[in-house]
Amino acid sequence: MKKIEAIIRPEKFNIVRDALTELGYPGMTVTEVKGHGSQKGISEVWRGRRYRVDLLSKIKVEITVQDADVEKIVNTIINEAQTGSIGDGKIFVFNVENVYRIRTKESGDTAV
Amino acid sequence: MKFFTNKLKISAWLLFVTTGIFVLGTGIVYAGDPNGSQTYSDSIAGLKFSVNFIWTLLGAFLVFIMQAGFAFLGGFLRQKNMLSYMAHCFIDSTFGAMVFYFFGFGLMFGGSKLAPGLEDGNAWIGSDGFMLLGNSYDVQTIMFWLFQMVFATKTVSIIAGAVAERLKFGAYLIYSFLMCGLIYPIYGHWVWGGGWLSTIPFGAGVKDFAGCACVHTIGGVMAFVGAWALGPRKGKYNPDGSPNAIPGHNIAYMVIGTLILAFGWFGFNAGSTLAATDLRISVIAANTFIAAAAGATVMLFLTWGMTGYIDVPYLCNGALAGLVAITAPCAYVAPWASVVIGVIAALIMRGSIWLVEVKMKVDDPLGAVAVHAANGMWGMLAVGFFADGTYGGVSGLITGSGWQLLAQFIGTVVALAWAFAWGCGVFYIIRYHMGVRVSDLVEFEGIDIHVHGSPCYPVEEGLVSISGEVVEEQKEMDREQLTILEKAISNDATREKIYSEKLGRWVYALVKPSKKK
Repeated sequence: MKKIEAIIRPEKFNIVRDALTELGYPGMTVTEVKGHGSQKGISEVWRGRRYRVDLLSKIKVEITVQDADVEKIVNTIINEAQTGSIGDGKIFVFNVENVYRIRTKESGDTAV
Repeated sequence: MKFFTNKLKISAWLLFVTTGIFVLGTGIVYAGDPNGSQTYSDSIAGLKFSVNFIWTLLGAFLVFIMQAGFAFLGGFLRQKNMLSYMAHCFIDSTFGAMVFYFFGFGLMFGGSKLAPGLEDGNAWIGSDGFMLLGNSYDVQTIMFWLFQMVFATKTVSIIAGAVAERLKFGAYLIYSFLMCGLIYPIYGHWVWGGGWLSTIPFGAGVKDFAGCACVHTIGGVMAFVGAWALGPRKGKYNPDGSPNAIPGHNIAYMVIGTLILAFGWFGFNAGSTLAATDLRISVIAANTFIAAAAGATVMLFLTWGMTGYIDVPYLCNGALAGLVAITAPCAYVAPWASVVIGVIAALIMRGSIWLVEVKMKVDDPLGAVAVHAANGMWGMLAVGFFADGTYGGVSGLITGSGWQLLAQFIGTVVALAWAFAWGCGVFYIIRYHMGVRVSDLVEFEGIDIHVHGSPCYPVEEGLVSISGEVVEEQKEMDREQLTILEKAISNDATREKIYSEKLGRWVYALVKPSKKK
């Protein structure tokens, strides 16, 4: 089992979710996060004084899937979330040792 | 050194302005009564003047606070566009007031002879009292100006709700200027300033007590044309034409806004007598609230029965619909008629929302068209139906005379045509010359940060690291990246839409619907 953690643009989230729904996924956890990579923030104005907001809003999507589905999901996210501009985000894939479903006490692949 | 030259510049400007005012001031003969000593006397007549002054000014202050109510209705919008809507309401109050001061008031009330210094004008347009100079520098005229100015700025704000979340700021400024300077004053002159509509030989002439046609129909119809020219917000309509709900961000604001508007409406309607010696004010104030309560009550049971929920945004709109509809008839009808007017107003509002949203496919986030345009027209006609002849010699259908209804009908149709023609002219000319709509990226990310430089609700301090001025190279790079992003987002909007069986709606995603499983 793998956990896919994708950090994407908020304005692309709806499109990504629609595409993933079409594809089918076991479930997702979404968090609004702040952070930055090579994109160095945006400038805002407060009563005439410009300031820089270094941490930008992004959406973090976490999906845990069986090994075989990883590539499919990752490719879909890349296709949908890409704009070509700095700040499109990143996708991390982790190994997951085990998964338990609390309701039924199942574990392993069936619990995903 | 820079500090010193700045001071010098400011002093020079101040000198220039004061000299200008002095030269201008001495050139004018004060035929009016600028300090009120001739208007006031210690007799009963003088005291009457004082009482009426207090009443009218109190009305003006109440109407002014309605702008806060309008601003709070921004709870109907999404968080990312709240500041933009607030800015629209605020510039209506300030910039709009300036425009009305410079020439709106003169065009509207010149020739009405309602106060000193308003002599010149004909049945079509007024031409006296500009900038409150000369004879119109008079306590009565200026009291009258204040009351009318707050009305004008309310009219302009009606449209802000319909065009919210997607209008360019420049386009709004142009519209606001024309509305306060020409569209509202000229129609207002016809009805309130002694123009041709007020003297047509049917019934008592067109009677619009506090502005169903002048304020609400004109504002609402302009709002309709504005929203129509702009097109719907992204994601409002599916390709098959069915509308989606775009929930607002704060229902508490809507309720507060509606209550503030209802409070201000007492000044709007009862203050329109311009006299506390006219004791009809108690009936007017009561009628105003009865209609609002009736409208809200109807919506309470209607939404409960139709959806199983007590839909608070609809309750708020129901109360506002009642308030709009009672604006013209409030002085001429009995309380029982106010109940009828309020009930019908709520039903008209519900019907119009369906008509505008589902049938005409015009996206109106705040329901300004249904609340103001439809009910403004209903309120005008209601005078013709329910006026009972006890006030101002206005007798409607219930007293057996249909002439007043005919006059009201003419007034309504003229308002509709006038606003519609101007709306098409203004919005379509702006649309083809500078564009009325913000770019796709701005619409996605919110107008607030792109146009106003800051979100309406900034994030907590801990999450923002403030690092001074923006470096020039960085700015250049930002602009480059922004262009790429803007292009990518615009491309998304042109994607072919696919109907998703799983979601039961249309999606913009790239993938083809899966055939598996």
